[in-house]
Amino acid sequence: MSLTSTVTDHARIITVNADRIDAAMAIQFKEDMRTETEGGPDRVILDLSTVKFIDSSGLGAIVASMKQLEANRNLDLAGLTPVVDKVFRLTRMDTVFNLFPSLDDALAATADH
Amino acid sequence: MTEIGKQGKFALSFRATELEARSGICAVAQELRLQGVSEETAGDIEIALAEAINNIVEHAYAGVEPGRIRVICSFQQSRLDIRISDKGVPLPAGELPKGAPAIITENKQDLPEGGFGWFLIRQLTSDIRYDRLNGHNRLSMGFDLT
Repeated sequence: MSLTSTVTDHARIITVNADRIDAAMAIQFKEDMRTETEGGPDRVILDLSTVKFIDSSGLGAIVASMKQLEANRNLDLAGLTPVVDKVFRLTRMDTVFNLFPSLDDALAATADH
Repeated sequence: MTEIGKQGKFALSFRATELEARSGICAVAQELRLQGVSEETAGDIEIALAEAINNIVEHAYAGVEPGRIRVICSFQQSRLDIRISDKGVPLPAGELPKGAPAIITENKQDLPEGGFGWFLIRQLTSDIRYDRLNGHNRLSMGFDLT
């Protein structure tokens, strides 16, 4: 399993047990995201702080993970490290997701809603 | 940054599988950092290198026994040249794809899940060149290290 998840009152938090989301793990990642996001709160936060590298296959897998959620559910991203942040910005996918500097910031944002 | 300017060269080769490609990409990125390339530039190079190598694994050797991929990195003053060669099928029409940016749609279900690779390569390199020579593909990517 490439992912671990916990549930709070307002969100499911998913952490990545790998330092790369690349072509060799993209399919597994997408399948594990489907399993981990089954049921539970509408808001899903993917904590990417352990991920030091992502390629376009990994980016595609995160987009696919968001698309496979039900329409009323959201995938937010937290803790983007420099290379991950760069890939999101260059492809303009930073405009598609809510991005938070850290998991704590993402959780704090819950309280505002 | 001056110590990067040494006239160094290193090379490696590996089989065109996803896992061997990952090891090869990591090995190049690690060597670049050891040679004093900054964290940010090494990250940029690793992204472009991964996209180029993943293309070879997924397309050049698609449907055939994975062949070898050879990577040669040469430092020239404040520049790094990376040449990647393989014996797979040529690029479509024998030329580099334009690498247009992916279209970000309003409707989430229409968002692209791929097609970012050549765009990223073109954004992150200072120059890029493709040749087909004697049954080999050769991609050269230049990076400014300053």
